[in-house]
Order: sequence, then C-alpha cells, then structure tokens
Amino acid sequence: MNDLPTQPVSAARRARVVQEQAELVATTRVGAYQHLTLASPGVAGLARPGQFVALAVGDESSGTLLRRSFSIHKVTPGPSSNGAGGTVEIVVSAVGAGTRWITSRQVHDRIDVVGPVGRAFPLPTAPVPCVLVGGGYGSAPLFWLAGELRERGCTVDIVLGAASEDRLFGVLEARRSCDGVTVTTDDGSAGVKGWVSDVLPDVIDRRGAGVVYACGPMGMLRAVSDVAAAHGAVAQVAVEEAMACGIGICMTCVMPVVGSDGLTRMVRSCVEGPVFRGDRVRWDAVTPTGAVVPPDAVGAPRAVTR
Amino acid sequence: MSTTLGARRLANPLMTASGCAANGQELHRFFDVSELGAFVTKSVMSEPRSGRGTPRMAETPSGMLNSIGLQGPGIQAFVEHDLPWLASVGATVLPSIAGGSATEFAHVAAVLRSSDAFGCVAGVEVNISCPNVANRGLVFACDPLSSAKVIALVREQVPRDVPIFAKLSPDVTDITAIAAACVKAGADGLTMINTLLGMSIDTDRLRPHLGGVTGGLSGPGIRPVAVRAVWQVRAAMDEGRMPTVPIIGVGGVRTGTDALELVAAGASAVQVGTASFNDPTAPVRVLRELTGLLEEKGFATFDEVVGIAHGRQGES
Repeated sequence: MNDLPTQPVSAARRARVVQEQAELVATTRVGAYQHLTLASPGVAGLARPGQFVALAVGDESSGTLLRRSFSIHKVTPGPSSNGAGGTVEIVVSAVGAGTRWITSRQVHDRIDVVGPVGRAFPLPTAPVPCVLVGGGYGSAPLFWLAGELRERGCTVDIVLGAASEDRLFGVLEARRSCDGVTVTTDDGSAGVKGWVSDVLPDVIDRRGAGVVYACGPMGMLRAVSDVAAAHGAVAQVAVEEAMACGIGICMTCVMPVVGSDGLTRMVRSCVEGPVFRGDRVRWDAVTPTGAVVPPDAVGAPRAVTR
Repeated sequence: MSTTLGARRLANPLMTASGCAANGQELHRFFDVSELGAFVTKSVMSEPRSGRGTPRMAETPSGMLNSIGLQGPGIQAFVEHDLPWLASVGATVLPSIAGGSATEFAHVAAVLRSSDAFGCVAGVEVNISCPNVANRGLVFACDPLSSAKVIALVREQVPRDVPIFAKLSPDVTDITAIAAACVKAGADGLTMINTLLGMSIDTDRLRPHLGGVTGGLSGPGIRPVAVRAVWQVRAAMDEGRMPTVPIIGVGGVRTGTDALELVAAGASAVQVGTASFNDPTAPVRVLRELTGLLEEKGFATFDEVVGIAHGRQGES
C-alpha cells in the first residue's frame, strides 16, 4: 500500500488536472440524493477511484464563489482515444444554497468542473480480500473501486450504512458489483439496525480482509479505522472536509495527519488526500465541528510557559 | 502592458495575491505562472507554522472569511524548495514575508536575501496586516510606529535595487497615515488592501463558525473598500501629503473591469486573490480582459491609465 506523504506532494508527482465547461447529460433523483452525469471528457480520461471534482456554483458573475467538491461516482471514457465524449457521474446531497443550485440544473446546462483532484484509493498489488464501507452517499466512489479490485482478483464485501433507508446509496449496484453486501440503518428501516461499525468486525473476520476502504462522515471513518486496526486490516479512508478551492491553494481543508517520519502535520485533504491511511489520521484532534491543531504538530502554537 | 514598480519594470501588471495561490506549483497546473507580472507567494514566517484549527472558512455574499493563521513551511524550507522551483520555471516573484515581531520580519528578509534563487525576486511584500494572528492587538498596520519599525528593519536587509512593499489593512481610521509612515520608513511601494476583519455565526449551533472565531473577509464583496483605499492614498500623494510611490491594488478583483477600477484609482499593478478559488485561471484571464479593455478604450500604454480617475473627478 502506498505510504503517506511527509512533505507536501510535488506538482511533478501529482496527476494532471483539467478545468472544463461540462454539459449535464442526465440528472436523476436517487432516494434523498441527486445523481448527475456530466459530459466531462478531460476529467473522465484522467480520473481514478477516490478522486473528486470541484464544481463552480452559478456563472462567472455568481455571488457564490467557492467550489463544491464531490467524489467521482464513476467515469465512462469516451469512444475516441483522446477521451472525447467521456462522462463523469457524481451524487449530490442538496443541503445548502450551492448544492441546491447544482441539483437544480437541467439537462444541457453547463457546469464549470475542475478535476480530477486528489489522491486515488491505493490498490493492493496482491489479490487480498477487501471490505468497502460507505456512509450515506459517501458510498458513491466505492462501486467503481469494487470493480477495479475484483479485476485484480480481490474478494470484495461492502457495508452500506445510513440514518434511514432513503439516505442509503447504491444498494442495488452493490449487489451487482460486490461479493457480499451488508446494510445498516440507524433506525432499522433497512438492513441491520445500528451502525456500520457494529457489523464491520464480523465482515472483516469472516473474509480475513486485509484492507478496508471507507468514505463517509468523519465519525464513521474514525470508527472504521479503529475496527480495522483491531482486526488486523489496513484502513484507507476518504475524508469529507470543507474545501474552498479543491486544488491546494486556499489551505482551508487541512487535517492533522501523521507522516512516515512520525510527525503530525496539518495537511490539505484536497491534494495530500482525500484518501489517508486510517491509522495516520489524528482522530484525537478531530471533533464533530472541526479539527484542532494537536500540540505536538509541526509548527503548532507554542504553549505559554512562565 | 508593462508597468514600473520602484526600480523594477514588470512585463505586465497582473499578480497573484498572497495566500490565494500557495507557492506556485498548484496553479502552474492550470497556467504558466511565468506569464504573470509577478507571482506573490503565501506569507512566510521564520519557523514552520501549523495555522489554526478548522473550520477555517465561511462563505459570505460575494466573498469568504478565512482564519488560516499563516500556515507555512518556514523561511528555510521556502528558500530551499519553493523559491528555487519558481525560479526554475522562469517566474518573477514577489515573496510575502511575515513575523510576530519586527526582528522576525528582518530575520526572514535576511534569509530570503541570502537564497541562491534570490535573482527571481522583483520585490518583497511585507505583510504587516494579517488579521489571523494570535494577538490581533498587535497587527502592525494598525499603528504607524509599529509599521514603520518593521519596514525600517526589513529595508536594511533587502538590497536597494529590490523594492519592498508594505501591505496595509483597511481596518484603520486613516489609511493614509499608515501609508505615509511606511513610506517614510523606507517602503518603496504599498499593497492595498489586506482582508477586513469579520465574523460569522453558525446559526444551527449558534456559535462562532470559524475555528479562529474571527477571520479575514475577502472576495468581490470587499472591492469597493479596496478602490476607496487606493484612491485615498493616491490622492494623498497627489496632494503632496506623502511621497509618491507605486501602489499595488488588491481586493475583490475577479474581472478585467474590476482590475481597471483599481488601476484608475491609482494602482500600478493588480493582484487577484479569492477569485482564483472560483477560477484557477483568474489571474491570467484578468490580464487578458484588462489588456482587451485598454485596447478598446484606445490607450497606448498601461501607465497612462494609472490614477486617471483622479483627474476626471467631477467631469460631466
């Protein structure tokens, strides 16, 4: 598995990124979410599972300046060798003015897309059993990942969790793309009543899983990281952090992460992430409302001593 | 479209704004950063700095609040990695430096000057006005004496042929008094404006939205404040109340028209900041748009537009 950076990733090591005016070619309601398909050939030709796109809200005179970032659900490369005609699919939960604007777009509307951004899920070099865990629409990038893993000979189990049945995403798709599917809901409206972390130990142990991939809310990622560590698996988690730009220039989406040199740094989840090894995230410093700077982090404010 | 800043002639007047472009490598994936008149780097301090906790930003009408807290690698890493990389791609650089004390500013300037890559530096921007420092009572640019002390110490460390620019805060009673103090202390030019101190409340939790509680307001929403500040200081120069030095205008520039406002008010160069978060190509797009506008209006040189609105005040 790849290691985490101890220093910011150099541009040379970063994958290419494009900005394009993508045409919306399909938009469908799925449970509590909106599933958008964008004709975005440049992004489609470059993206890997775990990467994301950053969408502008409104036109070039919009008063809403900050981009909204979404993990890529799947891509379909175009018919030509240069990727022309390729599509990118995302799943959006309309929770604020920006996401409401995005989900209210109609077919043939254009949206300014930057992508693919961020580091993809690292793939195992040997065919090890894997477990995928998705919270709500956080499961969006996992089905594409499942396909890639199974192509490599990995057995893939998936655990999908949400507060209620309408907030689950991709249960049917999971049955097609994975070897085993477990569903949990907080209210018991579908699957097992409870959290993904309640069922995860059994799933890992039953398959002897070596890697757990997860995407969803921070609290869930922390629980998944803990369970994976306790059951001998490596966790690879894609974090959800508020980002203003998505391309590494605004410094707003930082997370406290331990590098291979053992030092904690506040690293950008857009370019150093969004995928981190679960045991490298300083969950002790991550609260439901944000991350604090651990006192032992590189460059942390010095405590006042008298 | 060339412009003069102190002893230096720049190929064009467009720059990135400090803190809105990292140190070049990220934006270089979208356009060639050497196309800019100058690339302004994120403010660098003496030591590595983690910045503040999250959330670090809140969206506002036509803008945003940030409380990054000057996160950065420290001057040593900057001169070993970032500046040589910018030099390697042919960028003209305006490093932004910061400090918690006047002597820290001077130290950062001294290390910068001793860098092997210093040849790409066309000037140094002295950030005496970041609102996201631990003790906001010590924002240097709120006090003429503190500002002057920092500028004087930095001026001693930077070779005479490399201009230094004091970056000013609009959050003062009279910005011309601070500007005059900085120029008297040795600033070769002024950058206006830094962010305005603002605050946002999370109305779900009814508590401060930002980890740093207050933050710096930026984006198109603050452009009228920037135009006003540039206008006031340029007027003070024209009236002989302070020596005439070049002004770099910054604040809410998103289009060529926005840039033209600052130039007509008196700016000899323009920085693009928050707009880059919306459109990574904004700095070069604004340059293209501004160039087109000046051609349309029939101006032969950029210089003749700088401050032009002052002579036209009250014209019918």
